[in-house]
Amino acid sequence: MRVTLFVPCYADTLAPSAAIATVTILERLGHEVVYPGEQTCCGQVHGNSGYFREALRLAERFVDVFGDADLVVAPSASCVGTVRHLYARLARRAGKVELAERFEALGARVFELSEALTGPLEAGDAGSFFPHRVTYHPTCHSLRALRVGGAPQRLLEAVEGLELVPLRRAEECCGFGGTFAVKNADTSAAMLADKVAAIEETGAEACVAVDGSCLLQIGGGLARSGSGVQALHLAEVLAGARGE
Amino acid sequence: MVAGTVSSAREDILGRIRAAIDGAPSQPEAERPPYRRFGALDPEARVALFCERASEYSATVTRCVPAEVAVRIGEICAERGMTHLLVSALEDWDPHPPGVELLPDADLSVSELDSGAGVMTACAVAIAETGTVVLDGGPGQGRRALTLVPDVHLCVVPAERIVELVPEAVARLAPSAREGRALTFISGPSATADIEFDRVEGVHGPRDLVLLVVDEAQA
Amino acid sequence: MTAIRPFPEAAREGLANPQLRANLARATGTIRGKRRAVVEETPDWEELREAGRAIKARTLAALDEHLVVLERAVESAGGKVWWARDAAEANEAVSQIAREHGATEIVKVKSLTTDELGLNEYLAGHGIEAVETDLAELILQLDGDWSSHILVPALHRNRHEIGELFRRTIDREVGDEPAALAEVARTYLRKKFLAARMGVSGANFLVAETGTAVVVESEGNGRMCTTLPPVLVTVAGIEKVIPRWNDLEVFLQLLPRSSTGERMNPYTSLWSGTRAGEGPREFHLVLVDNGRTRVLADEVGRGALACIRCSACLNVCPVYERTGGHAYGSIYPGPIGAILTPQLVGIENAPTLPYASSLCGACYEACPVKIDIPDILVHLRGRAVEAGVEPASERLAMRGLARTFASRRAYESAQRLGRGALRLVPWARVGPLRAWARARDLPSQQPRTFRGWWRAR
Repeated sequence: MRVTLFVPCYADTLAPSAAIATVTILERLGHEVVYPGEQTCCGQVHGNSGYFREALRLAERFVDVFGDADLVVAPSASCVGTVRHLYARLARRAGKVELAERFEALGARVFELSEALTGPLEAGDAGSFFPHRVTYHPTCHSLRALRVGGAPQRLLEAVEGLELVPLRRAEECCGFGGTFAVKNADTSAAMLADKVAAIEETGAEACVAVDGSCLLQIGGGLARSGSGVQALHLAEVLAGARGE
Repeated sequence: MVAGTVSSAREDILGRIRAAIDGAPSQPEAERPPYRRFGALDPEARVALFCERASEYSATVTRCVPAEVAVRIGEICAERGMTHLLVSALEDWDPHPPGVELLPDADLSVSELDSGAGVMTACAVAIAETGTVVLDGGPGQGRRALTLVPDVHLCVVPAERIVELVPEAVARLAPSAREGRALTFISGPSATADIEFDRVEGVHGPRDLVLLVVDEAQA
Repeated sequence: MTAIRPFPEAAREGLANPQLRANLARATGTIRGKRRAVVEETPDWEELREAGRAIKARTLAALDEHLVVLERAVESAGGKVWWARDAAEANEAVSQIAREHGATEIVKVKSLTTDELGLNEYLAGHGIEAVETDLAELILQLDGDWSSHILVPALHRNRHEIGELFRRTIDREVGDEPAALAEVARTYLRKKFLAARMGVSGANFLVAETGTAVVVESEGNGRMCTTLPPVLVTVAGIEKVIPRWNDLEVFLQLLPRSSTGERMNPYTSLWSGTRAGEGPREFHLVLVDNGRTRVLADEVGRGALACIRCSACLNVCPVYERTGGHAYGSIYPGPIGAILTPQLVGIENAPTLPYASSLCGACYEACPVKIDIPDILVHLRGRAVEAGVEPASERLAMRGLARTFASRRAYESAQRLGRGALRLVPWARVGPLRAWARARDLPSQQPRTFRGWWRAR
């Protein structure tokens, strides 16, 4: 299948390994990966911070870049949530009904990686090998906006050599929340401290999630606490191939 | 405040509402989502569920057949060392329970209600799923203060008054509500969780709720 | 209207108080578990939520009609209806009724609406003492403290703190056990209930069709206040109306399970007007606007008026659990407060509240009437930006960022500059990353961008 890759701006700029791993997995599964170089940012930060005009312009740009794609895959639940839910809302509130419908049509073709693998790409077992003990943090947008349910855990359970250990209060937010981490830095840090403590309790070597932004927060907290636990994107775990 | 201000406040508020909702007329109610309107349990299971759920909220629940009611009331009082029971009217309680004097509520003052006697009532409806009894001031139930001030409330619950679900109870109570009767839903004794969300029984209402479920099938 | 203290600043007090944090974590943890159990055992929970949402939406869409029906029903049942545009009018109505009956001490059931109005303070200024009879409200009143939680206003206090307070104010001998503390409250308040000439309550629901007021409670103080005194005044926001009697079959299931985590709360009192030989001889219903029509005028924001004050959103909120309720600067704390307060008092007076959330969505999932709180938060952020209350520096940065993202060339050159700057400038000590770097390390620099890697392969 031809898969069009959408790489969030922060992942492209600061943490490309998750996107590189996504390419590795998709190609290993025999798919053709296309990366439109015109893409920049989905506009989530603007949309969630109340800068709706700016966000809507970026949404229109997104539809120009990705409008023709049959299947768009992104290693980020929150960016996919923005495209799938926020775009149409912004358009409707600006009175642009036709644009909202275009957004909705595109939104139905944009998938977060674990959704894509367990859904249209039919790869519940991505042929992966990762001989480590990991725990999984279900990010808020994957859980409550996209409702990916247990898809990421099922993918992890299919990984050869991997031991998945449960995380206490797993479904609680890590405290990132985009500008929340800056505007309410103290509260965000208090939430992060509890998340880091819960991760460290598990004895896992890595904490896995499907949102690079939350992983920046969690990874930053883990690094500061000096525990040596890694924060890894699901793609980075799935990229390890069996028999290598 | 003069009457003029009041009525202009009324007109102002209604006017603000109309402006806010843009004068849209009310819509007919769409079909409600299919939540449960009617219970699915047979009568025996329904009564059993009521007893279980009411006990979970620390009500004392006992069951008997109709012929035993008076004797069981006598036993319940004897266990608690109670010699008097307030009732709404004497004629609602025939035969009289042995060893207990019934005191009819002849416009008793609140301090008379607070004199230490327990109270005995019937109920209008009971709800199995939530362990609730509902009083509507009908026969054998009296006014609300009667079941509020005393510390022991003995409520006689005929099995046929027990419904399974809240919507069934609300439907049965509609005539009472339309008549303007005051209703009280009671689920267990008075309680509070105001300190550390720790449930404590017994604040202002009766601390001892005794439910006597009367069921022909109980024999 | 005075401005509310900025949330980030007010939050710091709660965050720095380990006792408060422990009390909150314990209490919210307990209630989350109870709620989950009674929700999971309800097979039609999602249908009930949808029904609750739909009833509230339909009611708000024709609120004027339902209020007029309610007024007629209450009056034909012998009650009197008052309309109050704002707090001053509502407070004066209650005060006037009290004065007419020579009531110098009134007993009150916990009511958020009267707290919002500042009724007790107003009455005190007119020589009328309002005695709070809900255990938690009594605790706060005795201590001169204020509510931090919708359902359990003294949630921030533990048993030892409350025991100490009771020993200081009511009973020198009492210990710290909740049962003993409740017993002291029972004895202390019983005299007041029996002697009161006037009771004041709020209402959880007002059924228009039958003119029925509904008070949902646990302790029995609500029954006392609405049954024993000869005069009863119920003060309620105009959004409390529901059209039909059978609407209660939905809300009487949603509310107890969401608030106290019970299948049904111990007591629910329902009455219409007055009735010979039963309860108060006089009944007054004060219908209060106080900003609600302004909320109604915002098509998105009006969702907040569907709230049934269950407090489930507070109990699941990771922000609330860490800051406590006082950080929200109003009687409505937590996620619901973050969307209600800015609308009631004006966004310019509470511009930080819509940002007091990580948009994690736990509140929306827990809400029994499906208020999309994250969506309304984002909507109100938009209104804050529109109103120009956000800092100019932020606006400039956001606009600049949007321009960068508008073209591939601008984006790619910013990437080069940005990555270079991250290497060269100690951002962790200056600029916007300083707050970030207090608690977290910055990500280590990866050798190239994704698009650089893609081009090179």
